[in-house]
Amino acid sequence: MKILVCISNVPDTTTKIKFLNNNTTFDSAGVQWIINPWDELALTRAIELKEAHAGAIENITVVNIGPPTTEPTIRKALAIGADNAIRINLDPKDAYSVALQLSEIIKKDSFDIILCGIESSDYNGTSVGGMLSELLDYPSVSAVSFIDIDGDQLKLKREIDGGQEIIGISTPFIGIVQKGIAKDARIPNMRGIMMAKTKPLQVVEPVSTDLYTDFVSFDYPKAKAACKKVDPENVKELVNLLHNEAKVI
Amino acid sequence: MSEIQYNAPDYYLMDDLLSEEHKLIRESVRAWVDRRVKPDIEEYFEKSKFPSHLIKEMGENGMFGPFIPVEYGGAGLDYIAYGIIMQELERGDSGIRSMASVQTSLVMYPIYAFGSEEQKKKYLPKLATGELIGCFGLTEPNHGSDPGGMITNVKDKGDHYILNGAKMWITNSTVADVAVVWAKDEEGIVRGMLVEKGTKGFTAPETHGKLSLRASVTGELVFDDVIVPKENVFPNVKGLKGPMSCLNSARYGIAWGVIGAAMDCYDAAVRYALERKQFGKPIAGFQLQQKKFAEALTEITKAQLLVLRLGQLRNEGKSTPGQISMAKRNNVAMALNIAREMRQVFGAMGITNDFPIMRHSMNLESVITYEGTHDVHLLITGLDITGIPAFK
Ligand SMILES: Cc1cc2nc3c(=O)[nH]c(=O)nc-3n(C[C@H](O)[C@H](O)[C@H](O)COP(=O)(O)OP(=O)(O)OC[C@H]3O[C@@H](n4cnc5c(N)ncnc54)[C@H](O)[C@@H]3O)c2cc1C
Repeated sequence: MKILVCISNVPDTTTKIKFLNNNTTFDSAGVQWIINPWDELALTRAIELKEAHAGAIENITVVNIGPPTTEPTIRKALAIGADNAIRINLDPKDAYSVALQLSEIIKKDSFDIILCGIESSDYNGTSVGGMLSELLDYPSVSAVSFIDIDGDQLKLKREIDGGQEIIGISTPFIGIVQKGIAKDARIPNMRGIMMAKTKPLQVVEPVSTDLYTDFVSFDYPKAKAACKKVDPENVKELVNLLHNEAKVI
Repeated sequence: MSEIQYNAPDYYLMDDLLSEEHKLIRESVRAWVDRRVKPDIEEYFEKSKFPSHLIKEMGENGMFGPFIPVEYGGAGLDYIAYGIIMQELERGDSGIRSMASVQTSLVMYPIYAFGSEEQKKKYLPKLATGELIGCFGLTEPNHGSDPGGMITNVKDKGDHYILNGAKMWITNSTVADVAVVWAKDEEGIVRGMLVEKGTKGFTAPETHGKLSLRASVTGELVFDDVIVPKENVFPNVKGLKGPMSCLNSARYGIAWGVIGAAMDCYDAAVRYALERKQFGKPIAGFQLQQKKFAEALTEITKAQLLVLRLGQLRNEGKSTPGQISMAKRNNVAMALNIAREMRQVFGAMGITNDFPIMRHSMNLESVITYEGTHDVHLLITGLDITGIPAFK
């Protein structure tokens, strides 16, 4: 079986977000880029599967849609343990353009298990996995928190209200994963980092895409109000503030 | 995505001089330290316990012998990568870094540089994975700064040597599976050899009561008529230059390592000072606190430049012992001063283990003494300048 893990390149979660051009473009100056945390966990689980089922998984490919500047992030995925990588040379504008480019890659090369994160920590769109499944006409399972090989099927679990749903699925399919799919993202080791240099990273030109969305502008969230400290003895004051100022009770 | 807040200062944009690979190494070791060292290192330090569960992981992660070629189990990385690994480990704890320094520079390096092919094949891959732990015995109870005066000795018995003597202040001594031991032969020439744990007549008692490097094991190595097979002796080195070249490699790593401790103290203190208010404003707003930070950042930046250049020289095979002494001496003193100064920024909070500062400060008291004391390194520089040894 062949696994494809879709990875997006996102600002480190501690980045101070700034915008340019009247709040229409994200200012990437000085930003540290990381693998989207959900994707990193998906990749970790893919590697665990390959290790646990020697022979069953032949290959793990990672794919990223991004300009050349995303290559350090892709190399990191190779250092963590992906076998090869594809970069689609496009600065993606929205979920549809991402899903379309991915679908073209998947149509060209047959993958059995396609994993993507339920969302990316930058735009939190939560749309790519579903769109991809539609474009390819593949089954998809969302909010997957467990995946393992079970005979010639795959066993998945997803969290549902008050419990878990256990699903058996045949390949090919799209697993849209959430946190919990792997315990901790795997940290690359030194040998992995050395080997990553020589693993294949193929650059593919994008197909043309119609854009259906346009960023009008971004807004910053409201600045957090200063923290008010209330003496533990003064419950009245606390109730008063919660009721009249915060208006939560 | 670590939850531990940390901004490593890079005032002169040194990152631009590092490769993507170097940066990934740093990010990876930093993430490992955040996940595996930071959460409970204070507890190990307090209980004076060696976090032995970390050894295998460090091995698997390639933190031992990173510059040793891949065929012997190393990662085949350059010296800057080695330095970066030391820096990040020491940000966690100097004791963890010491463990890795000893394993890499004082055990794997001499086996690689001076050992026979059999010794390399037998020990290096297992030392790299952490399956075996090593230690390095040079210092003796009566010979610290003057190792040439050592009395530990071997007598030639035809197909083997008989080793007698004692080593003191040996990192990893009680947990080591194999000791690199330096002893004089009958002609008074220093020879290096490998002595395995469990060899008859060899014991390694622990040294207790350390108030520094408490998460690292220190002890003695005692040799009482120990049989050392001739194939355990390093064939390719004779004289003090053997241990000295190991120390060079370790000192180089220390010069990088302590920057990690210094940056951890600096970063934590700046963060604290911006939040802590006295006299109605953050203490970071007072000139006297700003002086501490400005000086600390200046010294960290200088230290960073020093080791990066030294790393380039080492990669090119051009670094001299004198240059390494200068960097070790300068950077350890820099880190110790910063730890002491930053501790004061925290006021009373600074003496608790809620913050890493006091632990770093206590650890660095060892680091300024081992691998050549602060004073002795000055004498090495003095010798380099004048050509006149002022040691005796
Ligand atoms: C935690 C820890 C771990 C260690 N690990 C190891 C290890 O793994 N392996 C190992 O072999 N050793 C190890 N050491 C030993 C360390 O290298 C020695 O402590 C160091 O070399 C100093 O020797 P000493 O303690 O005997 O001090 P001394 O040599 O007695 O020095 C005492 C003081 O005299 C000064 N002094 C000495 N000679 C001169 C001189 N000529 N001119 C001016 N001043 C001088 C020194 O600078 C120092 O201030 C370790 C030490 C510590 C504390």
